[in-house]
Amino acid sequence: MRSKMFTGRPKMLAGAAFVAAAALVLTGCSAGDDTAGSGSTGGLSIDVPDVAMHSAMGDMEKELNIVAWSGFVEPAWSDQFTADTGCTVNRRVAGTSDEMVQLMRTGDYDLVSASGDASLRLIAGGDVAPINLDLVPNFGDDIVPGMKGQIYDTINGKSYGVPIGRGANILQYNSEVVTEAPTSWDVAWEADSPYAGQIIGYDAPIYIADAAVYLMAHQPELGITNPYALDQTQLDAAIKLLKQQNKIVSEYWADPAAQITSFMGGTTNLGTSWEILRKLTGDEKFKSVLPAEGSTGWSDAWMIGAESKSPNCAYAWMDYTSSPEVNGAIAMNFGMAPANAAFCSLNDEAAAHCDYFNATDEEYFEKVWFWTTPIEQCIDGRTDATCTNFQQWTDAWLTVKS
Amino acid sequence: MNRRAHLGALLALPMFWLIGIYIFSLVMLLVTAFWITDPFTSKVKPGFTLRNFEQIIANPAYFSTSMRTLGIALAVTILCILISIPLGIFMAKVAGPKMRALLAVAITLPLWAGYLVKILAMRITFTEEGFFNWALSPFGISGPGFSAFTVVLTLTYLWLPYMAVPVYTAIRQLPPNLFDASADLGAGAWHTIRTVVLPLIRPAIIAGSIFTFSLSLGDYIVAKFVGGSTQMIGSIIASNINLNPPIAAAFALVPIAFVVIYLVSVQRTGALERM
Repeated sequence: MRSKMFTGRPKMLAGAAFVAAAALVLTGCSAGDDTAGSGSTGGLSIDVPDVAMHSAMGDMEKELNIVAWSGFVEPAWSDQFTADTGCTVNRRVAGTSDEMVQLMRTGDYDLVSASGDASLRLIAGGDVAPINLDLVPNFGDDIVPGMKGQIYDTINGKSYGVPIGRGANILQYNSEVVTEAPTSWDVAWEADSPYAGQIIGYDAPIYIADAAVYLMAHQPELGITNPYALDQTQLDAAIKLLKQQNKIVSEYWADPAAQITSFMGGTTNLGTSWEILRKLTGDEKFKSVLPAEGSTGWSDAWMIGAESKSPNCAYAWMDYTSSPEVNGAIAMNFGMAPANAAFCSLNDEAAAHCDYFNATDEEYFEKVWFWTTPIEQCIDGRTDATCTNFQQWTDAWLTVKS
Repeated sequence: MNRRAHLGALLALPMFWLIGIYIFSLVMLLVTAFWITDPFTSKVKPGFTLRNFEQIIANPAYFSTSMRTLGIALAVTILCILISIPLGIFMAKVAGPKMRALLAVAITLPLWAGYLVKILAMRITFTEEGFFNWALSPFGISGPGFSAFTVVLTLTYLWLPYMAVPVYTAIRQLPPNLFDASADLGAGAWHTIRTVVLPLIRPAIIAGSIFTFSLSLGDYIVAKFVGGSTQMIGSIIASNINLNPPIAAAFALVPIAFVVIYLVSVQRTGALERM
């Protein structure tokens, strides 16, 4: 029986082998010929496809499909929304920004809770529509100033996002090992760090921006003024720093559970973290600081799909979740600073939450560079330079670890 | 005529599976590898470029990762063979019926646990304050931490049953009189294993190695959780799958190429026919 099952395979595999070999041969031929591929985009202006804005509220549709981070759409507040509007909420939890972009491209979803590193791509791809802020009354004066009109959700004067919340990538450390409280990222980046071998880094191309933030302070001659606008020389410097750090890291994290076990298990004593992850360790020996150089961070906003089938439900949801109560509930559930500052004065618990996450401390967030998709056009305003795009960042990031 | 209809009906489902799903998706993968990605919006456009394949060879990070993955897969396969042969001989020829049943259960039991559960268990075992360091610290030994070595150990743990079971079955089927004859002719235990057992169980080892080798080549979750900063081919595919599907598709052909090369070289030895 066994032999029968296997005799058929070699021929089929030989076919596959031929195809693979042919592909390799073809690759070899193209090595000297660099006409294909990049350079096709040409001009530097951000061409944003013209997508119509929802002009006025109409009758509610039946259902609302949302792509969101875990913890953003929960029955605790979505049930009430369904009762109020009749829109059934279907949630799809995404794990990464890239996944969110892919899901929105399918056109099956009405809303997405996009972070800054996804939003520019969505806007430029014509996957999301500009937002008529008149239809979102809760987007008012109470929204913290640091989350209005940011580059990652406002293009050509049009707003594409309704802010939900924000957070910083902080330096967390085990105070039993790191006895002298750090005030700088140097313990995480320099080759002579006393904690070499016990440092954790973030596992994504966007982590290049963290290196750039450090270089902004320590190598001013590079002229970096925005960590998401790096020309080739600046990107190379950041990659060099990341390679230096690669020799002293214990590991990299992308999965929050892995990060927590790394700290709890003693493999890591210092490195990039979020306030909520520190809280989740439930151990007071883990402390955090926003170092003097500042840091990167993330800011999330609701964006509406260009082909949304339920725009009225979507607008109702954006307004509903921008109210102080619901916005605060999301922020507390996820562990971040809420966008609506009015939440902070609701009660003592809310005030404590806002205080812990520095919700209204603009001075704190001024030092935080929110994730933004790096694009060829330098978003720091330089016109005499070409910046590196996210694909170049991804390729460069993969060279760091090998 | 009737017989033909019967045969057709019998083959319809497997053929649909093989051509409709298996071959079709492979072809789609191959086609996508030649497509172009818009560098800004990362939208995929049908077209023809060889840049994606060029990247695999030209980008030193991609090339070294391919080689590292190949090395890890080979190391896992060799480790599985080294464990399975003595284990199989002991189970089949030395152990009593009770011991044999116990070992058979022990080998297959990990298959019942979830894949992620096993990886996380290994992760906790190998943390700085984990079981491994705790158990070996009295001897002054400290564990490998999270490294490529831990990846090899974890993959061996995951895929050992796929090697151990066929090897054990093959050894069990060896007629006892071969061992008697070998002993009568004056061969010692080692000599018997080397000249009698090994050649006869080679097809089983190759069958097992196809599993351990190809499963290791495709894995990247292990590298993510216990690899420290180790990257495998799967890590690169995962990094690109959303942003740049064509290069992910091109890269997915690398492990396929490795497996094909492996199978073709195995086939040349004639081992596949005897399986």
